Amino acid sequence: MNKPVRRIAIFCGLLVLALMIRGNWLQFVKADELKNDKNNMRVNIARYSQPRGNIIVDGQEITGSEEVNGINYKYRRTYKNGEMWAPVTGLSSQVYKPTMLEGVEDKILTGDDDRLFFNRTIDMITGKGKKGGDVITTLNSKAQEAAFKGLGNKKGAVAALDPRTGKVLALASTPSYDPSTVAGANNGAAWEKLSKDDKNKPMLNRALRETYPPGSTFKVVTAAAALENKLYKDVDEKTNSPKGWTLPDTQNLKLPNETTMPCDNVSMRAALQWSCNSVFGKISADLGNQKMIEQADKFGFNSDDLTIPVGVSKSVYPKDNRPQNAMAGIGQASNRATPLQMAMVAAAIANNGKLMEPYMVDKLRAPNLNVIETHQPKEMSRPLSPEHAQTLQSAMETVVEEGTGTSAKIDDVKVGGKTGTAQHGVDNSGNPYAWFISYAKKGDGSPVAVAVVIEGSNTMRDDIAGGKLAAPIAKSVMEAVLKTSK
Amino acid sequence: MSAISPMPNTNTTTVSTAGQPSRRNTELLLLAFAVILPCFAYANVGLALDGEMPSGMLGYGMGLGLLAGVGHLVVRKFAPYADPLLLPLATVLNGLGLVIIWRLDQSKRFQKVATFAPAATNQLLFSALGIALFVALIIFLKDHRVLQRYTYISMALSLVLLIAPMFFPSVNGARIWIKIPGLGTIQPGEFAKIVLAVFFAGYLMVKRDALALASRRFMGIYLPRGRDLGPILAVWAFSILILVFETDLGTSLLFFGMFVVMLYVATERTSWIVFGLLMSAAGAVGVASFETHVQQRVQAWLDPMGEFLLSKKGIWGHSEQSMQALWAFGSGGVSGTGWGQGHSDLIGFAANSDFILATIGEELGLAGLMAVLLIYGLIVERGVRTSLAARDPFGKLLAIGLSGAFAIQVFVVAGGVTGLIPLTGMTMPFIAQGGSSVIANWALIAILMKISDAARRPAPAPVTNPDAEMTQVVRP
Repeated sequence: MNKPVRRIAIFCGLLVLALMIRGNWLQFVKADELKNDKNNMRVNIARYSQPRGNIIVDGQEITGSEEVNGINYKYRRTYKNGEMWAPVTGLSSQVYKPTMLEGVEDKILTGDDDRLFFNRTIDMITGKGKKGGDVITTLNSKAQEAAFKGLGNKKGAVAALDPRTGKVLALASTPSYDPSTVAGANNGAAWEKLSKDDKNKPMLNRALRETYPPGSTFKVVTAAAALENKLYKDVDEKTNSPKGWTLPDTQNLKLPNETTMPCDNVSMRAALQWSCNSVFGKISADLGNQKMIEQADKFGFNSDDLTIPVGVSKSVYPKDNRPQNAMAGIGQASNRATPLQMAMVAAAIANNGKLMEPYMVDKLRAPNLNVIETHQPKEMSRPLSPEHAQTLQSAMETVVEEGTGTSAKIDDVKVGGKTGTAQHGVDNSGNPYAWFISYAKKGDGSPVAVAVVIEGSNTMRDDIAGGKLAAPIAKSVMEAVLKTSK
Repeated sequence: MSAISPMPNTNTTTVSTAGQPSRRNTELLLLAFAVILPCFAYANVGLALDGEMPSGMLGYGMGLGLLAGVGHLVVRKFAPYADPLLLPLATVLNGLGLVIIWRLDQSKRFQKVATFAPAATNQLLFSALGIALFVALIIFLKDHRVLQRYTYISMALSLVLLIAPMFFPSVNGARIWIKIPGLGTIQPGEFAKIVLAVFFAGYLMVKRDALALASRRFMGIYLPRGRDLGPILAVWAFSILILVFETDLGTSLLFFGMFVVMLYVATERTSWIVFGLLMSAAGAVGVASFETHVQQRVQAWLDPMGEFLLSKKGIWGHSEQSMQALWAFGSGGVSGTGWGQGHSDLIGFAANSDFILATIGEELGLAGLMAVLLIYGLIVERGVRTSLAARDPFGKLLAIGLSGAFAIQVFVVAGGVTGLIPLTGMTMPFIAQGGSSVIANWALIAILMKISDAARRPAPAPVTNPDAEMTQVVRP
């Protein structure tokens, strides 16, 4: 009977071997896949098993970690002034996917980043727990505060940049939410409420992720296109545009002017000052769709992959037929822009035609305070020449000095701006968006460019809405930056 | 066996007249290691969870040491030539199992469940009972051939053990327990495994010639006569009945597998293996076609992630356990998280019994899992060696039956938990929480050691009642 016993021995050996192969398959070949599976709760348990690194503004932490010692999670994310900073920090929740900086810089904050490998190894050897690194932002807390307070209970967004470097100084969006309220493991109800609030969309970062028709603020782009394409030699040349200009390819469909000021055959300066639709509609039509797209692209439109490093929604200046292109030239039709995009437009003009790539993370810092990465300002494009930029600046300064944007005036500081009131909805049924873009100049450089948009301001439908509602916010943001910049 | 004999002058037959070293001191040394290892593990869990040595450390270490010591002394006295590896191997598994169960008792996730009750203390008690049974068998079972007398009583007893759970309510989808009021529950299947092996060994020893020789050759294999098919058909039908009425795939597979293994060894006819495989395949497919319990298990095996998502949505009848176990294995990686630092308690219910291997995989890593599987492999190997060395066909059959069943059980449980085969409700021998399992497996080790003691004893006692069967063993 020994022969079959030996065979059974082989059979039993094969059974054990099969188990061992399976073990190797699971724990070696498939290990990483299983370990990092998004449904594997250990991923989140590990994230919150140590205090997370912080997001820092002006040397102050705007995030924190609270030891809760829950059944699953040891720490919970906390936010200081969460509502104000939510568009910057985003959310790091024990349950939901991290967003904004919390999402993009997650690996630094958790300490998993490869660049922290050395730190981790040292900590492991010395028996210390893993620590997360910090994210040092470019934001200016005073400017952010001015923006957030200025928006108040209105629905809207503010984006402010340093035109010289592209640093994001303010990024506000209202209505906002406090990420602390949904950071824990048992905040399902609060999360439901936030995510189901379709009217207010508190978790939408309007400054980066919502596109609006830019309205008349886009006219500075059209003006830049006119100058760059040598349609007019400067902003003071007469534009030869009739009083009632008819949209091309239409049966006598006039492009109406909102202003009561004269708009026939005025210069671009005057047309910006009083926001004449007919003048810029005609410029856009005269240049044609292709040249308008080219100019818009140089300012950053139609770019899919802009990250600061948080992803920014694409602003669109589309291919379109002639009448639609003319409408797009005054920021209507299918023309859509994010507040950040319009701040980039203002910044490029303020920086003498050089557009700097916007960014909001200045440095990444290891737990031992060593800087592991410093962001260097980078030029993104040159939408217009320095001369053209300067002549356009003077026209924008006229808007603030004695045009529609007077409420943004700051004593002893050169401020250039452009108002806008964008209509939307079928037959303009929706409440218009009030826009204001501006920059302030001190000495030869401009330390701040701002774009403000306020949704659904039903109070005023004419072009002054932008000047009345949005400009004061832009002004207080600029003032805050001027006060704090050296 | 010459292969394990260190003496050059030993002949190659299984009957050795020159005596083999008893190896009792080897056993003692290994036992010391088998006690120290779980003690270190226990300390490790305490240090990882609370930063201090666990308070029960001394008691646990002494308890395990005492049990192993008593076991060893009894073996030294009453079975001096028994295999030296089996006792240490079982001890180390039992000790590690206790540590894992204690470690899972510390889980905050479990402690918040209303019905939570720590299991480690009871398990230590059951281990003590198991070793008591082991000791009793070593002392009082003078010779394993005594069991042969109880062939048909064994059959009756195993029938009772297997049928009894049908009259008790099902627990978590399987009807494999009998409840004794005031005492707790017993899983009779674990004991039936041994009793049935005794019956099969006794029965096959008598019938093997008829089963082996009276057959016709057809297409290269020997077809058994119709009437000889009776027993295998009966066992087959019986295991199908267990599957249907007790919804216990594992036990059913185990018994049928054990029978086929023993039938094959008894008759040396490969055709029985072919028949066995065909019949179990037919039975499994047939039952799966109408039994939803089996279908669910197969579904969970094919798509554990789908099951997890359905279970998360709160759809009744789906379990996230399979996926949770796979995550536990994957998260452990090669070196594991270390004692007390994994999250295998996410598996929830049965994490310390059926799924206990996942905790080994997560906290001890691939390295620990391999080691544990190797220990199981070694136990089986020692059992098979015992069978090879046994001088009587009854001992041979019993030893191969018990070790075969042990191997199949390990494969079915570990394969189920690792997702190699559909999950069945069975316990990892010695490690998993469960009184019946640990007691029955200590009995199994005792019997194997008794057989090996008889096989390795230097001067075989003359068989008092020699019959024709016995001479067949002496075969090169």
